Amino acid sequence: MLGYLLGRFWQSLVLLLLVSVIGFAVLNLAPGGPLSQFTLTPGMTQADLDRIATQMGLNRPLPIQYLDWLSHLLRGDWGHSYRDGRPVLDIIWEHLVATLLLMGVSTAIAIFVGTWIGVLGALRRYSIFDYAATVGAMVALSIPTFWFGLIAIYIFSLRLRWLPAGNMYTIGNGSLGDYAIHLIMPSIVLALVNVAVWSRYMRTATLDVISQDFVRTARAKGLSSRRVLIRHILRNALLPMITLLGLQLPTILGGALVTETVFTWPGMGRLFLDSLGYSDYPVVMGLLMMSAVLVLVGNLAADLTVAFVDPRIRLS
Amino acid sequence: MTQSDFLIPTHARHRWWQSRSVRRFARHRLAMFGLVMIVVLVLACVFGPLLLPFDDLYIDLRGRFSPPFTGYHFFGTDPLGRDIAARLFMAGRISLLVGFAAMVISTVFGTVLGIAAGFFGGRIGTVLMRFVDAMLSFPNIFLLLAMAAFIKPSPIMITLIIAATSWMEIARIVEAEVRSLRERDFVVAARMLGLSNSHIMFRELLPNAIGPIIVAATLTVARAILLEAYVSFLGYGIQPPLPSWGNMLNGAQQYLDSAPWLAIVPGAAITLAVTSFNFIGDGLRDALDARSDML
Repeated sequence: MLGYLLGRFWQSLVLLLLVSVIGFAVLNLAPGGPLSQFTLTPGMTQADLDRIATQMGLNRPLPIQYLDWLSHLLRGDWGHSYRDGRPVLDIIWEHLVATLLLMGVSTAIAIFVGTWIGVLGALRRYSIFDYAATVGAMVALSIPTFWFGLIAIYIFSLRLRWLPAGNMYTIGNGSLGDYAIHLIMPSIVLALVNVAVWSRYMRTATLDVISQDFVRTARAKGLSSRRVLIRHILRNALLPMITLLGLQLPTILGGALVTETVFTWPGMGRLFLDSLGYSDYPVVMGLLMMSAVLVLVGNLAADLTVAFVDPRIRLS
Repeated sequence: MTQSDFLIPTHARHRWWQSRSVRRFARHRLAMFGLVMIVVLVLACVFGPLLLPFDDLYIDLRGRFSPPFTGYHFFGTDPLGRDIAARLFMAGRISLLVGFAAMVISTVFGTVLGIAAGFFGGRIGTVLMRFVDAMLSFPNIFLLLAMAAFIKPSPIMITLIIAATSWMEIARIVEAEVRSLRERDFVVAARMLGLSNSHIMFRELLPNAIGPIIVAATLTVARAILLEAYVSFLGYGIQPPLPSWGNMLNGAQQYLDSAPWLAIVPGAAITLAVTSFNFIGDGLRDALDARSDML
């Protein structure tokens, strides 16, 4: 177990390093690079640009710049926003909670709905329900998240006027119920893709478990089918889903960016787009790194959870 | 039965369309639906603009915000009075072309990298695949937007950027496939014959891994179209006045109440195209019996 844990930590560390190299390369090798914002300023001469480049240390060799940047990154100094000069990490923290809230609620919905669609599909294999779920999942995977969001806004806020069209809360009303009402639409819109993915994998996982000996034994013992389903089938089929949850993180985060834009949700995704609009290079860079770090940490957490929950891994 | 009958390999007389895979694909109803839809969409985008009485860039300020089916405007007009049907078809040309080109580039790149990683294995393979893992740690859209925001977006650059962020799955699939084929007899035999590495990789291994590659490539078209729509919707993809399905939706949200067709029409086109490619991919997966983790 300890060997497994150490190996997994080591792997994540190597990946983190590679991720930082890629992130650094993406933004520095792009034409203009970190200076692109300044080239847009009217009256900016080449001499001015050179001076700024020297001040920012951009005329040093790239590997040196990278090491310098990395060492600051590790010490928690992610630079300062071009917009208001505040530390990047502070700004990201402020927006992180909103994103995590949206992702958490949405993922919970996706897991709940997806699990039941998948299990029912597997139990009634080749039924009309199963077929509809299969086709439905493929269509759901093809609908652009932002379009689904716009349609939802059109129906539920503009026509029916049931739900607010955006934002996280009504100004002047910070009650829990108000937050909840604002959460409903974005979290369901974000959940759609994951319901599709989750239900497909859950169907496969359930089919794998159903045909195993211990399920037959449980049935032969005369346990109620409800008990077999929950204690034996669900428990085992859900195990590989923890890993899937980790693997789905990039998709969920990317979806959150789009959902936040449509619903003016004050999270990381909106911050990312706002920063792009201002060419706020340090914040864009920070968010790019933060998104990858979240994915890596999430994957590590998923693998560790599986290791703790599943005795087969714990003992090997 | 004479001996000569016995020697003629009967399967050689079959044409490619009579093969088992093709017949299985033709029986896949959703895949056939997808194929028909794509053909219709492509034909509409190629010939549609020639048949319509409006140019996609013609601005008619007196005819702004016409709802669908007013006069000859089947899908209505946009905030500048441009015909949405004309724009939809022209946008389709760009969106489909970008999606298809991005698929070709990312498939070639992913396949070459996957074959190399799987064939050489060892340290080279590990380094290449760790690089793939690292690329996959970034949410696609974050990476795309970060790249798109700092360059001058043209259809070619957008295509390249989309390709740069979608080759990883194919590389992974090909690597796994090649790794499992590497020790098989035909590869060992080719090695003993003294054939060059590149001959073994591209003449022996590649044809044996082609099934999963075709499936993954089809699903990559679907995803590339979606990615283009996302970046263009967010304003960093194809730039107006050039239309794309994504950027037609770009300004649609502010007119959602008064002119919902601005959002509904292009979004439906995207969904139709992407669903069709996903259906085709699913049918190909069944027909070629290819295992793939992509959905």
